[in-house]
Amino acid sequence: MSVKLARADRRAAWMFMAPMLVAMLVVAVWPLARTFYFSFTDAYLDDPTNYSLIGFENYLEVIGDRTWWIAVRNTLLFTVVSVAIETVLGLGIALLINQAIPGRGLVRAAILVPWAIPVVVATKMWEWMLNDQFGVLNQVLISMGLIDHGIAWTANGSLIMGVVIFIDVWMTTPFMVLLILAGLQMIPGEIMEAAEVDGIPAWKRFWSIVLPLLKPAIGVAVLFRVLDALRMFDLAYVLAASSEQVMTASIYARNRLISFQELGIGSAASTWVFLLVAFVAILIIGVLRLDRAAGEAP
Amino acid sequence: MTDAAVALPARRRRSSASYRLERRIKKGFLVVAVGLVLIYTLFPYYWAIVSSTKQGAALYRNTFLPAFDLTYYKALYENRIFLGSLVNSAFVASSTTALSLILGISAAYALGRIDFPQRRGVLMTILMISIFPQVVVLSGMFELINWLGLYNRPSALILTYLLATVPFTTWILTTFIREFPRELEEAAIIDGCSHFRILTKILLPLMGPSLASTGILAFILAWNEFLFALTFILTDENRTVPVAIGLMGGSSRYEYPFGQIMAASVTVTLPLIILVLIFQRRIVAGLTAGAVKG
Repeated sequence: MSVKLARADRRAAWMFMAPMLVAMLVVAVWPLARTFYFSFTDAYLDDPTNYSLIGFENYLEVIGDRTWWIAVRNTLLFTVVSVAIETVLGLGIALLINQAIPGRGLVRAAILVPWAIPVVVATKMWEWMLNDQFGVLNQVLISMGLIDHGIAWTANGSLIMGVVIFIDVWMTTPFMVLLILAGLQMIPGEIMEAAEVDGIPAWKRFWSIVLPLLKPAIGVAVLFRVLDALRMFDLAYVLAASSEQVMTASIYARNRLISFQELGIGSAASTWVFLLVAFVAILIIGVLRLDRAAGEAP
Repeated sequence: MTDAAVALPARRRRSSASYRLERRIKKGFLVVAVGLVLIYTLFPYYWAIVSSTKQGAALYRNTFLPAFDLTYYKALYENRIFLGSLVNSAFVASSTTALSLILGISAAYALGRIDFPQRRGVLMTILMISIFPQVVVLSGMFELINWLGLYNRPSALILTYLLATVPFTTWILTTFIREFPRELEEAAIIDGCSHFRILTKILLPLMGPSLASTGILAFILAWNEFLFALTFILTDENRTVPVAIGLMGGSSRYEYPFGQIMAASVTVTLPLIILVLIFQRRIVAGLTAGAVKG
């Protein structure tokens, strides 16, 4: 009887999941499989039915391209620097909001504003504020006497990557703050009170109690942010189109695929992006697991 | 003996005074920090509003107050292509949200309430789909869209957006469903109630707030999407708002229509900000439910 019931339950479970699974097969699994397949062909986008299989040639073509390595370097640089800044800044703001201060609710609401703004809009807003002649930032810096004439933030090759990172930090720190804040609120108040009564200085309370207890929350937040940063497309594309200075791996892949119509090579580049993201994901999850295992040992 | 009795209260008074001073300094420091955070997060949007209400030369002078000149807004609302892109975005984002909520709640019921061996595997697969880069499916998606004859149609975007929104709604709704006590349905199960009735008659009426916060997050995700919208739509009248704004530009770098872009930016962001501020608590719950328990 109960075996029968369990089987009926199992069937019901698959029926409830069927619409979702079908949707995922159509929009995720199938296109992914086709991308892998195309990456082994010499197909072009204008006539995708006419192609032949050419093995790993496309993969070699991509890793032999200097631009690809520039894109990879940009992507990694962007990911490491922006996520690092976001984590530190997010931790700081989360600790601030967690204090009993006036205007706490207001800050909590205000912090969501950059997060809700579309990437394209945020990019345009900052582009305008950073405009070399009329941007408010240059005007303020000039009136403070720090510079004589406006800095071309978005036109200068060595500054534009900094601008991309800066805008990304502005947009995504709220996400960090929310996740770290959720972690902070799970720390029992008694621990902190006990430490305070024992006269342990604030920095040590933070370093030896708060930070270790926050590690899982920060780990998850960093994982999500890193994977998101590795696929970044819109911000750099809107700010600098296909300029090599901030070209990311996603922009490179899309360029080959859509702009150059190279379905085969574009698919191979996409697959490299996929492998890159998968590799980093496995690496981070591995580090988190090791951490957890180390924490569980006596 | 008397010495110590006199000295003690004096010292205590002094230490409490310095303690109070220390607390006041700390509080002042915190207030300054809060002010800085507020300026950092809010000023760019405020500045977009200010810039969008200035005209001509005033746009290039940096007074910090808005001029309330609505010329750019009028021009924007007479611009058929921009209005069209607003309609497209609203259509695409709300259809995507509705579809993902339906698919998500049904799957979440199975994943949150029914015990079956592959449950963990399914959840992990969903999580993996939600983190892989969209550019990876671009070639396959392009072919699929062409096959279905959807190229350059807004409905193509609804289909492709499911890639990001369905794993998201499924994941979050699963964590929400698990938070409801199982006792709710136990009586119904004993009475031989079907799963479909349990979901629609018992759980759904309770899930309004969860559906609202998940829906808002999915809506924002779809409203803000750029890569697919840029790739699968060819002509101006079928574009969504982010791409329309992204492609706005002047004939040269020096006559860039910043005032107009700012007016458009303020317009498309306002509904999102209002939604976010109204549903603040729910959104935070939704965002953290997905991540913290996962």
